[in-house]
Amino acid sequence: MKYVDEFRDPKLITKGAEEIRRLADPNRHYRLMEVCGGHTHAIYRFGLKDVLPSNIELIHGPGCPVCVLPMGRIDDALSLAMDPDVIFAAFGDMMRVPGTHGSPLEHKARGMDVRIVYSPSDAIKLAKMNPQKHVMFFAIGFETTAPSTALTLQRAKAEGIHNFSVFCNHVTIIPAIRAILDSPDMRLDGFIGPGHVSTVIGCRPYEWIAKNEHKPIVVCGFEPLDLLQSIVMILAQLQKGEAKVESQYKRVVPWEGNRAALKAMADTFQLRPYFEWRGLGFISQSALRIRDEYAEWDSEQRFHVPGIRVTDPKAAQCGEVLKGVLKPAQCKLFGKECTPENPVGALMVSSEGSCAAYYNYEHRKANLVTSLSSPA
Amino acid sequence: MAHGAGGKASRRLVEGLFAPLFFGASAEPLADAAHLNINGARMAVTTDSFVVKPLVFPGGSIGELAINGTVNDLAVSGARPEAIVVTFILESGLPTDILQHEIQAMADAAQYAGVRIAGGDTKVVEHGKADSMYITTTGLGTPLPGVEINPQSVRPGDKVLLSGPIGDHGITILLARGELDMEGDLESDTRSVCPLIEAVVAAAGTGIRWMRDPTRGGVATSLNELARDCGLGVVLFEDHLPVHDAVRGACELLGLDPLHIANEGQFLAIVAPDLADAALGSLHSMPGGAEARIIGEVREQPACSVLVTTSYGGSRIVDMLVGDPLPRIC
Repeated sequence: MKYVDEFRDPKLITKGAEEIRRLADPNRHYRLMEVCGGHTHAIYRFGLKDVLPSNIELIHGPGCPVCVLPMGRIDDALSLAMDPDVIFAAFGDMMRVPGTHGSPLEHKARGMDVRIVYSPSDAIKLAKMNPQKHVMFFAIGFETTAPSTALTLQRAKAEGIHNFSVFCNHVTIIPAIRAILDSPDMRLDGFIGPGHVSTVIGCRPYEWIAKNEHKPIVVCGFEPLDLLQSIVMILAQLQKGEAKVESQYKRVVPWEGNRAALKAMADTFQLRPYFEWRGLGFISQSALRIRDEYAEWDSEQRFHVPGIRVTDPKAAQCGEVLKGVLKPAQCKLFGKECTPENPVGALMVSSEGSCAAYYNYEHRKANLVTSLSSPA
Repeated sequence: MAHGAGGKASRRLVEGLFAPLFFGASAEPLADAAHLNINGARMAVTTDSFVVKPLVFPGGSIGELAINGTVNDLAVSGARPEAIVVTFILESGLPTDILQHEIQAMADAAQYAGVRIAGGDTKVVEHGKADSMYITTTGLGTPLPGVEINPQSVRPGDKVLLSGPIGDHGITILLARGELDMEGDLESDTRSVCPLIEAVVAAAGTGIRWMRDPTRGGVATSLNELARDCGLGVVLFEDHLPVHDAVRGACELLGLDPLHIANEGQFLAIVAPDLADAALGSLHSMPGGAEARIIGEVREQPACSVLVTTSYGGSRIVDMLVGDPLPRIC
């Protein structure tokens, strides 16, 4: 399969791993953060930790939009969707995410009209097909998915679709990285930069990380070879004592980003003064709200939102895991009270969350004794 | 309830609620069909209900599934399917031609599988219920001589045999629902696996420890059930897994794992190492068996788990499916 197989070529992967071994100083411990949940998932999915030397530690970052969404936001949206005239539409990612009284899927089982959509424009289609109902699209994601929500808002306005609104939870990646770097217990050597987000925002917004924080950041694709090559690029910078923004994912990411997408976002969204991130707390100017010009299509402006706040159980150490201070399995609840089926904390919720990825792909490997390689 | 998708929740429902009350303390590991000895006569019995939207999809329809599914459950339990009884739950107002199409599909599938339809029942429920049509089929079979299916007999070193490419059925249904703006040149793999099973039993009967058709929950779920039942680890070699490009592509786009996607015309077998090549060869010599592969082997570790390894030395645990596979977008 084109654009996939060549990036999973075992020979090249082995070569990449050798290159990493050559560049890594055996007397040094490297802590690299992959910002994006997609990378966390890929690292576990492809078993890349098995091929990396032990002095390269990957810290899983905050880039899983489902994980960092406070439970109160889900409760708020589901409380609006209790109205039998409302259809609650969301991506599949959201369907098993628990609110206080259960996930959207569990609400569906109790009779709520919950639909899985594959793009926000599918939600518009739903609104057209159900003119007597109100379709509320639960929008989630970083700058990766925000442009498609923006275009959908523009379309709803242009076509005068009045039985449709967006419950907007879009967040932005840069303030989250800043929050991580501001954390006093955080020591990082470099960043594996987000791939999909950067197709929209480009590479320039990361320049302060290199300039002010003196950390290398390499924007990276999602295949095994992409990740290994990015680690090679970071190590090469560290070896030379450099700190700059580089793109390994040039086949997809334009340096300046996607101007049309950014324009659509600027037209429909503005920054919220602050927004709560699950596990990280309130971060200023870190999320998007819908502009007043689109108030009619903003669920929060159109309906009365209760503004529910739910704090995570004290025993859940999501914040520490999110910042890389603790490994998933070091949390007291991991694999006991907190599992992918019954997630207590944020990072167990989505398969891109570091706890869920670790639980699903890794933790039973811990006691492995036999050789793992497959026959040629 | 998330209990319908054939993964962890289904198993918990059966083991936690049904088995203790129906079978009491004597509950044996769950199998595809029960083998009974009634007054000296040995027979195998199984039942399955079929609910699918849309009723007709590329490569098959609900009627064909209802016969093949039950035939396959008997076959992988080591039995020759003999007779099937059918129950229809029909939605009031269902057009007759749709019903006729399914009855014809069932008759054809039964004839192809060499199984007799021995009786049936029909109920009509009010309009808006039952998604047009639900079908339940119950099958009776006679145990094949010389084959004993028992997860407890599985040993480290045994080979994992798979009859053909995985994920075709599940992805075909996902695309046929028309909710994704995606198209693929793909058909359901629904078929009777009886001829393939008879061939493999003839070639390696005493070496066959366990068989299963990896339907809902896919290969990962079936092998996790085996791993838990036998207490050993199942190690799969990723580059040996047969997956069509259309299935791989759809799974890549939607964030799904082909190992979790449903199949309706494949089976898994655990075969003793000395007979594995004979078993594989017997499938390769049969029509529809050309894509069979040895996809892995049983090891002591990781106990009670399934591990997928790559040729570059990476590995990951693959668990049972939790609920339905949901596409990842954001």
